[in-house]
Amino acid sequence: MSSEDFLEARNLGKCFGERWVFRDVNLALPAAQTVAIIGESGSGKTTLLQLVNGVLRPDEGSLTVMGLPVPETSLESFRRKLGYAVQGAGLFPHMTVYENVTLLARLESWTKERFEARLHELMQFMNLEPELTDRYPYQLSGGQQHRVSLCRALMLQPPALLLDEPFSAIDPITRTEIHSEFKNLQEKEQVSALLVTHDVREAVHLSHYLVVMANGAVVQHGSTDSVVASPESEYVKPLFEKHL
Amino acid sequence: MNSVVQRGCCALLTSFLVLASDAYASDGTVEDPIIVGSKNFNESYILGELVSSLLEHDGYVVDRRFGLGGTKICYDALVKDEIDVYVEYTGTVSQSILEQERDLSLPEINSLLAERGIEMLDELGFNNTYAIAVRHAVAEERGLSKLSQISQHSDLRVFVSHEFIERADGWPALQQVYEVDWLPQGIEHALAYRAMSEGTIDVTDAYSTDAELVFHDLVVLEDDRAMFPRYLAAPLLRSDLDDAIKATINRMAGRIDDELMSSMNSEVVYGEKSFGEVSAKFLHSIGIRVRIVEAQRGTELVRNTLRHLELTGIALLSATIIALLISLAVYRIVWLARTVVYVAGLLQTIPSIALLALMIPLFGIGMVPAIMALFLYSLLPIIRNCVTALSTSDPMLIRVAEGMGLSGFERLRYVLVPLAMPSIIAGIRTSAVICIGTATLAAFIGAGGLGDPIVTGLALNDTGLILFGAIPAALLAIVTELVFEAIERFLVPGHLKVLGPASTQP
Repeated sequence: MSSEDFLEARNLGKCFGERWVFRDVNLALPAAQTVAIIGESGSGKTTLLQLVNGVLRPDEGSLTVMGLPVPETSLESFRRKLGYAVQGAGLFPHMTVYENVTLLARLESWTKERFEARLHELMQFMNLEPELTDRYPYQLSGGQQHRVSLCRALMLQPPALLLDEPFSAIDPITRTEIHSEFKNLQEKEQVSALLVTHDVREAVHLSHYLVVMANGAVVQHGSTDSVVASPESEYVKPLFEKHL
Repeated sequence: MNSVVQRGCCALLTSFLVLASDAYASDGTVEDPIIVGSKNFNESYILGELVSSLLEHDGYVVDRRFGLGGTKICYDALVKDEIDVYVEYTGTVSQSILEQERDLSLPEINSLLAERGIEMLDELGFNNTYAIAVRHAVAEERGLSKLSQISQHSDLRVFVSHEFIERADGWPALQQVYEVDWLPQGIEHALAYRAMSEGTIDVTDAYSTDAELVFHDLVVLEDDRAMFPRYLAAPLLRSDLDDAIKATINRMAGRIDDELMSSMNSEVVYGEKSFGEVSAKFLHSIGIRVRIVEAQRGTELVRNTLRHLELTGIALLSATIIALLISLAVYRIVWLARTVVYVAGLLQTIPSIALLALMIPLFGIGMVPAIMALFLYSLLPIIRNCVTALSTSDPMLIRVAEGMGLSGFERLRYVLVPLAMPSIIAGIRTSAVICIGTATLAAFIGAGGLGDPIVTGLALNDTGLILFGAIPAALLAIVTELVFEAIERFLVPGHLKVLGPASTQP
């Protein structure tokens, strides 16, 4: 594994009862890039994400994140290094935008000046008006909610981001805007982003590195350009022909 | 996490109970007063006041615990040293307390009571036995004058007190001696006279010194087969009291005959004299001058309201804390949560007066058992609302909270509990209103509060006095609702009010 790897999986396997979600997964994912994991529903991509942040434990093989195995204890401080955003934004309805975004920073005892500066920086980057800070989630449009969700994930300037289909419930026009905002942010902050999605176009558009999963296995992986240029299997080829 | 919450839960509950019992145990013994009890009918209040005034006249400090709800509550309180003295009747001691088939004489009673540390002083003079009373018009129309005639009139509307139906020397004896083969209906004794005068019932049980017999023009049927035992009034007290105290109380012995007792009852019920005035007048007539200390209605209202708030406040606060801790400990374990809600639900099906009575063997009489009973009553609405709200939290928000790195405590503190807050407040609010209503019954076990004027008013058949407790209690319930609305406005952002599970208003 190169020292720049964000994640390394060796013979990784996970089963629920008798059924293996996937087995023998071997991956070395580069740091400071966006890695997209694509696959159909049930292909195991969300399970892989949950192994990364320790919600689930592997049944086989090993997994290292940022050079260290996923810890057994003190998962909280580990998870705070992995910004987390999900489909549907998942904002806390009883908190304002300000409270949602700054929650972790306040728990980490950041000074008010520091977390407010970070808040305004992120909001500006995501094209959110400053006056939105005092609104509750229900007072925001869908696009605004997802932008706030990304701000929340990035608040602590984490080295990595785990994104579980965060853009899938947004209208196409807004999604295009958020995509470009996200790309700029990822480059600027040099964050390692692990993006799970079933949208092939989104994956190709946003990622530097691509992992294709199907039927409990990794079918192909490599830099996005190389995978798109030479799809290897009978599964991957039609995927790109159909969607690109 | 769970075990920490559970341990904390136990510790808190324990310290609460210890604190509560400590506070009130020491409160009761500050000046070591003599605690005088009375039952909840007017004659017993007068006799209680007589005993108290005599003791105060001789320089003792007296704590009055009047209006206790029945023989069992008074006697249990005496045995448990919660009260020192109250006036009881020989017939009641023989039949209900000593469970004897026949009337015992005073020496026989005392020889049986000795081992229980209880003693009965000399009789006061009058015999307040049971009597069966009939409306004048009915008696005239049917030519009723003797109890032996009653078996011929099964169509009469007979309503007697619940105690009379149950007592061996009450209806069961009457059925046997007078060959009556039907059962009467039960009615609260204080309400029976009103029902008689309104003509809605024809026959009821009465006490032979009741003032109402004359006032309502009722005919007392002659006990021509000498069935009713003798109910000679005499002070019942703890035998370990000083002889000087006993001597003081004994100054009443043999001084009150049937006629005098009836007239004292009548002065209270119809002459609008206070217990203090009637008692002072009598004591004056036997050469004892006492100062009448009459509480003003205003100060009494304030005192009752404060006591009511104290009872409900302590019960509600501890119930809220304990219920929330229990809910947090169990909400994630489905079977346990269900069991807890079920048990709390069972507690609430116990009739309130029965729950209060059940507390007496454990905590005696007064505020502690009342607070315990109110505490148990308040648990269910809070636990049910809290457990339901927590266990139905949006799973996505839980996943996000966990994934972003909130610890178990932080998830509760910042996400789950705030989201459950509208339901939790609704539960506490329901409990508060139940508490305020139920606390009016606490007067039956000597805890005071706004139930005091209600219980006394029932004994005196005084609607004004009943309202004097009932209206403030109702106002208190309304104010409580408003206060909780304000709390909810303060704690819950407006748009979340509709998100919580439906509140459970009674």
